[in-house]
Amino acid sequence: MTTHAQSISQNKTRILGSRFWLLPGVFILSGILVACVLWSITLGAADIAPQTVFDAIIQSNNMDNLQLDSQTRFQYLVIQTVRFPRVLIGIVVGMALAVAGAIMQGLTRNPLADSGILGINAGASFAVVLAVFVLGTPSLSTYAYFAFVGAGVSAVLVYMLGSMGRGGATPLRLTLAGVILTAFLSSFTTAILINDQQALDKIRFWTAGSLAGRDMSIFIPVSPYVAVGLIGALLISRQITTISLGDDVAKGLGQNTAWIKGVAAIIVVLLAGGAVALAGPIGFVGLVVPHIARFIAGADYRWIIPYAMLIGGILLTVADVLARIVIRPQEVPVGLMMALCGAPFFIWLARMRVRR
Amino acid sequence: MIKQTWITIRTPLFSYKLDKRAPWIALLLLLFMGIVLVASISYGEYHITPTEVLQTMLGTLPQDHPQYRQFHLVVFSFRLPRIWVAFWVGMALATSGAIMQGITRNPLADPFLLGVSGGAGLVAVALIVWIKDVSTTVLPIATFIGALLTAFMIYIFAWKNGGSAPLRLILIGVAIESVVGAFTHIMLVFGNINQVQQAYVWLTGSVYGRTWAHVHTLVGWLMVLLPMAFLCANWLNMLNLGDDTAKGLGMRVERQRVILLVISVALAAVAVAVSGTIGFVGLIAPHIARRVVGASHQALLPISALFGGALLVLADLIGRWVISPSELPIGIVTAMIGAPYFLYLLYRGRNG
Amino acid sequence: MAELHAQNLMLAYDDTCIIPNLSVTIPDGQITVLVGANGCGKSTLLRGISRLLKPKRGSVVLDGADIWKMPTKQLAKQLGILPQGPTAPEGLTVHELVAQGRYPHQSWLQQWSREDEHVTQEALAITNLTDFADRPVDTLSGGQRQRAWIAMTLAQDSDTILLDEPTTFLDLAYQIDVLDLLHDLNVARGKTIVMVLHDLNHACRYADNLIALRDGHIVAQGYPSDIVTADMVYAVFGIACTIIPDPITNTPLVIPSSKAMNSKSLTNSFNPQPSWVAIRG
Repeated sequence: MTTHAQSISQNKTRILGSRFWLLPGVFILSGILVACVLWSITLGAADIAPQTVFDAIIQSNNMDNLQLDSQTRFQYLVIQTVRFPRVLIGIVVGMALAVAGAIMQGLTRNPLADSGILGINAGASFAVVLAVFVLGTPSLSTYAYFAFVGAGVSAVLVYMLGSMGRGGATPLRLTLAGVILTAFLSSFTTAILINDQQALDKIRFWTAGSLAGRDMSIFIPVSPYVAVGLIGALLISRQITTISLGDDVAKGLGQNTAWIKGVAAIIVVLLAGGAVALAGPIGFVGLVVPHIARFIAGADYRWIIPYAMLIGGILLTVADVLARIVIRPQEVPVGLMMALCGAPFFIWLARMRVRR
Repeated sequence: MIKQTWITIRTPLFSYKLDKRAPWIALLLLLFMGIVLVASISYGEYHITPTEVLQTMLGTLPQDHPQYRQFHLVVFSFRLPRIWVAFWVGMALATSGAIMQGITRNPLADPFLLGVSGGAGLVAVALIVWIKDVSTTVLPIATFIGALLTAFMIYIFAWKNGGSAPLRLILIGVAIESVVGAFTHIMLVFGNINQVQQAYVWLTGSVYGRTWAHVHTLVGWLMVLLPMAFLCANWLNMLNLGDDTAKGLGMRVERQRVILLVISVALAAVAVAVSGTIGFVGLIAPHIARRVVGASHQALLPISALFGGALLVLADLIGRWVISPSELPIGIVTAMIGAPYFLYLLYRGRNG
Repeated sequence: MAELHAQNLMLAYDDTCIIPNLSVTIPDGQITVLVGANGCGKSTLLRGISRLLKPKRGSVVLDGADIWKMPTKQLAKQLGILPQGPTAPEGLTVHELVAQGRYPHQSWLQQWSREDEHVTQEALAITNLTDFADRPVDTLSGGQRQRAWIAMTLAQDSDTILLDEPTTFLDLAYQIDVLDLLHDLNVARGKTIVMVLHDLNHACRYADNLIALRDGHIVAQGYPSDIVTADMVYAVFGIACTIIPDPITNTPLVIPSSKAMNSKSLTNSFNPQPSWVAIRG
């Protein structure tokens, strides 16, 4: 099924036609992203004018020297401490998930792969729930540490399980190991939640994936890992293109596939682990965005990865805005919003791509 | 003349071919079942010895036995119904899973592939969270309908050019399931915490507190569905040869695939309606059965069913025992048994 | 006796038309072989006349009845088709596979009659697979596997058998093995056989009736010795060739021209004796 879907994707995608549009496209998407950011910040309990938003971000370093009335000062504060961090985290999470998904799909040659598949989300959830159950931890930023560690440990576990036995780690075995570990860990997670109502109450919003209440205290410790992951992804994008043609072809072209796969796996863990630490388990971005990117940019990962990055950022920002406004004043977890927006697209994609 | 590895049941009206190993394995499984059943009934806060269990069940316990009435109450009203529910649910899920794996030619397909668990889950959570004390008669009916509707929706979306390619079914199943799952999750996030916890238990799958009424519903449906499934087993063999070959042999592939899907979905929906979504049975039981009786579905379906039933009865016992006096929902136990089994398969390298 | 006839057939996948308008009659009791370059529509034609692909226009008639209006099992009793590169599920035994061929003769309640048993045994015997009946199909060699599939179509007990490239992916020895088996079925049991073959020389050897296709049209049809000429080969495959009589069967043997001709023939003319003769002295 993989090869079939891929051969189609390589033949008839590239909506925008020639390569000429690829570079300008990056700038256009960046522009859209900035617009989305501004839009997102203006919306909230009290709407703020775009000009104020712009000023507040520009002036964030010399607040003390400004002459402001109390209302503007309050708005500046809201923007700088609440809304801007939130939208920033949203972008980073979107980018990280999309790129992690793109790498996973290229590496495993499986169009359905996303970061959830390596057991990363389940590992993070389990670690967080366990932490709450054992320690009763209250704060969101401590969740982040546990989530990150849980994600890392489960990814290593999946890799170990997937590579034992004859034949080493093939994509299919990794996927299987991921699915199995996910089922296993989630059953433990549920076992805890069923027996501890308090933990359940604390955790249920987090397990749905949300940006609510995230601020710089989470962003600062986690973002370096994600940054390393994103830069690394851009650096190995050429090698991923080669691997996506198949292991044997890549080896034939003189590539050290084991090494590249190892690096790629570490990048995926950094990105997906970082994302789940920041926002909890969010599905669908990693699955859908790489497909969109491939539609626009073709089969070359040097373009797919930057496109996935930008589209992921835009998509999560928009989903977060929608999540905040659909049932105002309450908030839908953005992970769920994502599934609601992403699924119709995915259905369309499946109908288009899969022939007899 | 070749050595026969199958047996034939043949009357003027009816004939059926079956792997020779199947009846013996069935017998072994039933024996195993019986032992677990007795152990399971005797185990619990109110202990009854195995001999007394047998006596009570066979009606040979003397009337003047000091605990005659308690024994009857515990065995027939508390323990036996839930064990029967576990058994029949296991049969249903395993058969459903075997059919699903046959249709998709994918050994990792499970009965919930077509959104049965998602649809049933959405309805169940909605009822549990919104209507505080949902009656135990309404819940199964409503979830059954929810499951069927979701499956139907997926099939409709996957239909294109007069066909439903299995891969398209799988992909669209994933998508619809995640939408339905999102709605379920929204309710879990915003609902009252007591109801949410109850909903979680339902979602994991549990046979706690099930009564004879549940058993009767199950048996009623399965008495129709299981024989139908077994009689259609040969269609699965045909589909496994590939659509073209099957068509060349005169099979109406699309129509018969739909019939099989309907049987499979109905089996899973009946099970889910009674016990919630118990995972892994539908995946593992057919796997084990395939290793024991081979790839031909005439033997594979019934043996899968028995494996599924035995597995759930055992899982129920483990769930009651492992953190007693509290109890672990049966769905969690199956995941804890199932995951290592799959790791073992992975280690053996058969799927690599 | 059954005669298969296609009239004004138009065959297409989605929007791509493979065969625009084609009429053909398959002679009864003979071996018909379809040849042509990749993508010429030979497999599509086979699918079209076997009800695997619904024609956009035109009809296929077997014994005067439109095959699309017959009950499917009724057709399957008269016409068997073996698709290209079929795969058996893991662990399925040869006997189980061959038994599936009885499907059109069975019903929902009547799933394994005495006749089913008998015909299956016979099919196994004809294909020399009786000793392998209990072996899983996936453990057999390529040639044995293909014979197992042919045995399945034999168990189907149809007068006509269609095969799509029955020799692809087989070693030369197995190719001959399979083709000889089909030849025997034709001669000894009077089966009408229609198959797609890649190798033109095999086609010339085994065919009573050769159909050459190019771009969805029939270029030539008839007895190989009558129709296979250098011009015809050029028209169908676009290559120059020399045609000599096959030293064994006396059928046409197609020797394609090649660029290697110049260098190799040059070497030969300088050194008329093969080198190993020289070394041995």
